[in-house]
Amino acid sequence: MLEIRFHGRGGQGAVVASRLLALAFFKEGKWVQAFPTFGAERRGAPVAAFTRVDEEPITLRCGITEPDVLVVLDVTLLKDVDVTQGLREEGLAIVNSPQPVKLDGVRTCVVDASSIALEQGLGTPTYPIVNTAMVGAFAGATELVSIESVEKAIREYVTIKTEENLRAARQAWEEAKESCRG
Amino acid sequence: MAKRTGIEVSIAIAEAARQANVDVVSAYPITPQTHIVEHLAQLVADGDLDAEYITVESEHTAMSACVGASAAGARVFTSTSSQGLALMNEIVYLASSLRTPVIMALANRALSGPISIWNDHSDVMNERDTGWICIFANNGQEAYDLTLMAFRIGEDRRVMLPVMVNFDGFILTHVIEPIHIFEDQEIADFIPPYEPLCVLDTDNPITVGPVGVPDVYTEAKKQQEMAIRESRPVIEEVFEEFARRYGRRYRPVETYRADDAEIVLLAQGSVIEAAEVAVDHLRDQGKKVGTVELRLWRPFPFDDLREVLCSTSIKQVVVLDRCISFGGPPGPVLSEVRSALYLEKDKPMVVGVVAGLGGRDISLEEYVEMFEIGEECLRTGKDPGEEPELVKIVGLRE
Repeated sequence: MLEIRFHGRGGQGAVVASRLLALAFFKEGKWVQAFPTFGAERRGAPVAAFTRVDEEPITLRCGITEPDVLVVLDVTLLKDVDVTQGLREEGLAIVNSPQPVKLDGVRTCVVDASSIALEQGLGTPTYPIVNTAMVGAFAGATELVSIESVEKAIREYVTIKTEENLRAARQAWEEAKESCRG
Repeated sequence: MAKRTGIEVSIAIAEAARQANVDVVSAYPITPQTHIVEHLAQLVADGDLDAEYITVESEHTAMSACVGASAAGARVFTSTSSQGLALMNEIVYLASSLRTPVIMALANRALSGPISIWNDHSDVMNERDTGWICIFANNGQEAYDLTLMAFRIGEDRRVMLPVMVNFDGFILTHVIEPIHIFEDQEIADFIPPYEPLCVLDTDNPITVGPVGVPDVYTEAKKQQEMAIRESRPVIEEVFEEFARRYGRRYRPVETYRADDAEIVLLAQGSVIEAAEVAVDHLRDQGKKVGTVELRLWRPFPFDDLREVLCSTSIKQVVVLDRCISFGGPPGPVLSEVRSALYLEKDKPMVVGVVAGLGGRDISLEEYVEMFEIGEECLRTGKDPGEEPELVKIVGLRE
């Protein structure tokens, strides 16, 4: 089973990101589960969302405490939240940041998703909406799911600025492929 | 052919109501049920569902509208959670007494206080004795399937009772997962148009819900009790027909690796599937463990439960309650399971734990801990708690 944990701030779209990624894997015939943690959701507050992927039906429904992959939508979270907590030894962290990020003992892939999102007019400089870019970055950095499946999921699920979101996902996919692999 | 769809469970439940071609929906939005009624309101507004969506100012009125619409001969659907159900309570009891087969999707959520929007089973247990048929789903597919079946069960002329389909709030409602969604035509064959037994008709007036003086009230209650007991064969008929048509079989009591088990965990809802993962893990270590799921809560499946638990390899049952009966047994499921086995000669020991209150996550290790409580009980021959009646909460911070 593949377990992915998303960290974001309220309003950045972490919950939608977890769903888009699940739908992308679903398009490839996998069993999936996407769910958020609910509570004091408000703009700017740290939130987490989860995606599970497996070849067979998923029966586990507790939160993900030992993820294989982390997707961090906001680099400032690294100060406030112990995002790497429980990350598996061979795990990967995909972080949205304009600068290189170093996480102790963790394989890290950095993509400037905020700039990509803003180029496409997604969100505002204060609150760029980076979810589709980060799902694209996940596909590029891990190659566990194809960008075509991610695009299918976006077309199906994102009804506002669909084309802009598709472009953001593909651009982040390309950047992640370049910078995170090899 | 059913289509495997990546869909939010709430939307799948609303789709089930659409496919059942409901005539009237009345509900008041409450977390975590909101997406269900939002989707239904959208379907009605868009003209994709030819139904009357009655907006109301409270759940009490929502259920009142549902009972009235059902008495007028409509196929009726509603959905709520927690405080919403508590506010409905007065009319919930009327729906069953008046034999109006309202179908309710209940997204289980804790009751206040402290205020909690998260999942447990205190809302449904508060309604235990309201006379509704009450079924639990443990994943999205089951929530969709059982919502469809609820119409067939409740509206059957031999039943004519409201049905409550339970599924865990957030843990199921807000999850996207693959669900086989039927073609509309497949469902149209399974759920034909509702033919009410008697309807409110201004040309041929009747009274629904008059005073029951002491001379008749007792008999009315006896009839109601008989009605829900006699729904049992109909429920199984519908389960059977569903299995024949669509290949998924439901049973009033479900088991997992219980055939040669010595210790079983008995629970309801989404925890069951997670507990099965713990069972697989413990089986790998050579432990004879399994799970028992009490899918049907009302009418209580006495015979099925005894068949599974009595005169079998099972020596120890650990009942997981998702709410507390304060100062009582201390969980409603524990109390009823013990009561159902009381007169049996060859019966297992039954011990109870409480976990997963108000959205507290239950980890895999904690399911293992529940089985360990069962092991200790079996080894020592007594309840391992300091006092047997004291609530044993797994996952409590001390």
